[in-house]
Amino acid sequence: MSATTTTEQQGLGTGRATGTRRTLEKGPSGWLAVPALAFFMIFAIIPLLGVLFLSFTRWDGLGEIKLDGLSSWNTVLADPVTVNALLVTAKIMFFSFIVQAPISLLLGVFTAASQKYRAALAVLYFVPLLLSSAAVAIAFKALLDPNFGLGPGLGLPFLAQDWLGNSDLVLFVVVFVIAWQFVPFHTLIYQGGVRQIPASLYEAAQIDGAGRVQQFFNITLPQLKYTMITSSTLMVVGSLAYFDLIFVLTAGGPGYSTRLLPLHMYLTGFKANDMGAASALGVILVVIGLALALFLQRLGGKNRNASQLEGA
Amino acid sequence: MWGLTGGDQPVFQASVDSWNKSHPDSSIKLDFFANDAYKTKVRTAVGAGQGPTLVYGWGGGVLKSYVDAGQVDDLTGFLKENPDVQSRYLPSILESGVIDGKTYALPNNKVQPVVLYYNKEVFDKIGAEAPKTWDELMALVPKFKAAGVAPFSLGGQSKWPDLMWLEYLVDRIGGPEVFANIAANKPDAWSDPAVIEALTKIQELVDAGGFINGFSSIAADSNADQALLYTGKAAMILQGSWIYQGMKKDAADFVKSGKLGYTPFPTVEGGKGDPANVVGNPSNFWSVSSKATEEQKKTALEYVKDGMFNDENVQGLINSGAVPVVTGIEDKLAASPDKDFLTYVYGMAKDAPDFTLSWDQALSPAQGDAMLANLDQIFLKKITPQQFASTMNATIGK
Repeated sequence: MSATTTTEQQGLGTGRATGTRRTLEKGPSGWLAVPALAFFMIFAIIPLLGVLFLSFTRWDGLGEIKLDGLSSWNTVLADPVTVNALLVTAKIMFFSFIVQAPISLLLGVFTAASQKYRAALAVLYFVPLLLSSAAVAIAFKALLDPNFGLGPGLGLPFLAQDWLGNSDLVLFVVVFVIAWQFVPFHTLIYQGGVRQIPASLYEAAQIDGAGRVQQFFNITLPQLKYTMITSSTLMVVGSLAYFDLIFVLTAGGPGYSTRLLPLHMYLTGFKANDMGAASALGVILVVIGLALALFLQRLGGKNRNASQLEGA
Repeated sequence: MWGLTGGDQPVFQASVDSWNKSHPDSSIKLDFFANDAYKTKVRTAVGAGQGPTLVYGWGGGVLKSYVDAGQVDDLTGFLKENPDVQSRYLPSILESGVIDGKTYALPNNKVQPVVLYYNKEVFDKIGAEAPKTWDELMALVPKFKAAGVAPFSLGGQSKWPDLMWLEYLVDRIGGPEVFANIAANKPDAWSDPAVIEALTKIQELVDAGGFINGFSSIAADSNADQALLYTGKAAMILQGSWIYQGMKKDAADFVKSGKLGYTPFPTVEGGKGDPANVVGNPSNFWSVSSKATEEQKKTALEYVKDGMFNDENVQGLINSGAVPVVTGIEDKLAASPDKDFLTYVYGMAKDAPDFTLSWDQALSPAQGDAMLANLDQIFLKKITPQQFASTMNATIGK
């Protein structure tokens, strides 16, 4: 740690010595990245290499680690549960995106305006963001209980479905709870994005005679392009990490209906104590996550660092 | 020292508190965890050499994996030096902590046979008697359904309550040898006709609507399954003797007024198993971590010797509604307000010709996990008994 701090100070020092002008032309000194890179190395790259190594071994978490070639990979790839987990992950990713993206976009635009009542509503919308995933899951588990939950409690038979025990329903219930928890976060991102759009653009559009809907589609949406990419990346890659919520809510059940990839990895590693196979699953998860993140960044186009506000 | 939340929690706490009061220089720190969370946490901690000095366990295959990895100490010598400790336990229960002729784990609480509980009030309403055979049990299902009560409660999300059905049915149909073969890793042991018949019977019961609506989303850790029984939403539940402690606390009136009935698991016509056979957990156990310091080990063993199963601790367990695993407690049990249930359980455990350890604990962790996952699929009718058998045969030896 002390070494990192010194390099950081040196980096700042050289930056100052060469003068502000050079810094502006060439950007800040590369040394400034050292602390972040060091942390990334220790907490991301090195464990990742460890996992890669473990995926070629057989280890029950207790005894000695035995090299075992590709056998963990064969088990994992031949296991129908893995294929099913990939499918469940893809479904949850797709439906979460379809549900969350439009809702948070509209709510973000709605709460960005300056009226008082909108600010009051915005506060209410953000409440789920304050709760931990485990708390959200426990609350919904109690509410959705078919015998003691909301439906039987209020005497409303249509609410007394077996929400979490029916293999066909449960996926959508999970998507709903995820949306309930994460829409506020994405709303916040969109709200910030909308507030960045210069008012002069709307004034010009009004002079040209554009209505509210036209303004939304021709100014708000295009101006939010990069906000959308940020939010979508977080949504899609984030859905590879949904674990705590689903683990508490359904534990992957009934059967394998909601056993998505991260949960499958955890259960393989810490319930079945097959660390080799769990590590192989972890590597798959990393590769998919990286590929998706890169793909979404590409969507932004090559000159994504260029300003959208030229001429505004 | 780590323990589990639930019925024993206050008893362990009281025992450790009074130990710490009289031994201020060798005090014990005690933390509690929920059952399912504990099982994963302790294994990771022990594997990383950060486990507690006294490791709480169930014996069986999980204990064996600790022994194989050299993580727990051999306690045979300790027992030899302290014959009093050895002689206080019921011998059949002490046996579950023995691996390859050496004792690695000592019982620390209560006998836990699996019992069929029923709600007498609900039974009286439709004029039914507790089922003695599987056919009687099946015949009760439509009667309860017609009365708007679920025949059986089941904590299906936790998966291990499903297993109690399979354990008892296999035992009643084929006797304890069937599982002994499985545990001994004999090839194709899961294809035994008794296993197939038991699974078929389970699916018949599922088809008949025997289990409560939504059973696969009910978690046993939150005690929701037993709540269904005492609130009269379900007529019966197959669960361990430990839920008596929970019901005594959560539904004191229900238990006190004698509305809680209990009976052995029904016999199956033509079955080979002795109807007095019992499945469940003989007890929970303490093992001593081999990674602890000498001083920690000394304190731990002294606590096991003098702090546990002293009069105060035994009485505490009995007051909580449990049967301690020690000899010579008949008088104390008979003096308890829960004497009916406690003497019933004590007799059940003492007189059982065979006491089969819960399969998920008896098997290796990898096999146990695969079994629970596949059994869940059986209850959901996603796979057939034959598919179950062939998937499980493939895990033999893992």
